[in-house]
Amino acid sequence: MVAIASNKVDTKALFELLGSVCDPEIPVLTLQDLGVLRDISVAGDEIIVTVTPTYAGCPALEVMSADIRTALTEAGFQQVTVKQQLSPAWTTDWMSASGREKLRAYGIAPPATTTCGPQSDRIECPQCGCDEIKVISEFGSTACKALYRCQDCLEPFDYFKCI
Amino acid sequence: MDAELKPALIEYCIALGDDSVILGHRLSEWCRNGPFLEEDLALTNVSLDFIGRARMLYSHAAELEGAGRSEDDIAYLRDCREYRNLLIHELPNGDFAFTMARQFMIDVYDMAFFTELMQSQEPTLAAIAAKAVKESRYHLRRSEDWIKRLGDGTEVSHERVQAAFNQLWGYVNEMFSVSEQEQLLIDAGVAVDRSALQQNWHTAVQAVMLEATLETPDEDWTISGGREGIHTEHLGYLLAEMQFLQRAYPGQKW
Ligand SMILES: [Zn+2]
Repeated sequence: MVAIASNKVDTKALFELLGSVCDPEIPVLTLQDLGVLRDISVAGDEIIVTVTPTYAGCPALEVMSADIRTALTEAGFQQVTVKQQLSPAWTTDWMSASGREKLRAYGIAPPATTTCGPQSDRIECPQCGCDEIKVISEFGSTACKALYRCQDCLEPFDYFKCI
Repeated sequence: MDAELKPALIEYCIALGDDSVILGHRLSEWCRNGPFLEEDLALTNVSLDFIGRARMLYSHAAELEGAGRSEDDIAYLRDCREYRNLLIHELPNGDFAFTMARQFMIDVYDMAFFTELMQSQEPTLAAIAAKAVKESRYHLRRSEDWIKRLGDGTEVSHERVQAAFNQLWGYVNEMFSVSEQEQLLIDAGVAVDRSALQQNWHTAVQAVMLEATLETPDEDWTISGGREGIHTEHLGYLLAEMQFLQRAYPGQKW
């Protein structure tokens, strides 16, 4: 629990608290895993949280911002501002190693490379690990994913695109 | 940046936002009308990227302006003559071949344009451009693929996509003509000199068309006016639908 009464707000504890808020569309990932939580600062009674959007039009960002507010309100903070920061632009490079593993276990192939060369992606089927795969659509169920099919086990799967 | 340039900068952000929101709306019209499910999802995902891009540009314009207008006011409370989008964005979707030919032409343009805009002296524009480039790279991969599939596909798909390029060709010049006001921003290192992008655009587009067994149109007509607020008859219908809710129920929120 975050200390509310004391005048000094522990931003490290807030990072932990907000880091555990989940992505509304991929609930196995936390904001920490995604790397969208950029900064938390305190100005008087106000907590200012800075997040970076994954995709410009991603509707999940609105939900994330609301969830951040809820988490802080429940922890006793009344004045919360969630700010968006565009630069530096979010990249899948910021996704944590544990986040990538959680994605795979969830059935979504994690971003294949860390240096983003979309042409050289080596993507593996999250079900069987086979890398003989075929793209079905460059855009899957959300902007951040593409749709593939495994040529070995024949299962279709989402791939979290490298951006 | 020079304070005298501020009104021009606000106009510039709004014009770029208009390009994005109008194409984003057009693409959203494909929702549940796509040729198959995956393509329906792709079209609407691309639409969302453009609408998101417009939101960032409008928000920035509203912030610079500081007159109490919001991004929604800019999108929903201006009429045709106040819209500044390049005409190609507002053309009706036509068939799937037309939508993809238009998309391909715009994706090639956007990649070049936003790559240049990343160098802007205006940090927010540069940041928006950096996000846009990442998204446009994926958009282009898909639209380029479709041009090859349609062009080098069946007789019908070839004919349709060739007809689409022929119809669209007259809107190309406008994408590369710079206004006086824009020139001031170019000189200040804020805006992109679009005229300098034209040659590479033609080279890139024609290389893909050649591979797709398509011919470069020899249309010699050309039309412009979008940046001055002179539009085709199609924009009014689009705005009537897009703005209906805010016009009928002013200030309504989700
Ligand atoms: Zn498999």
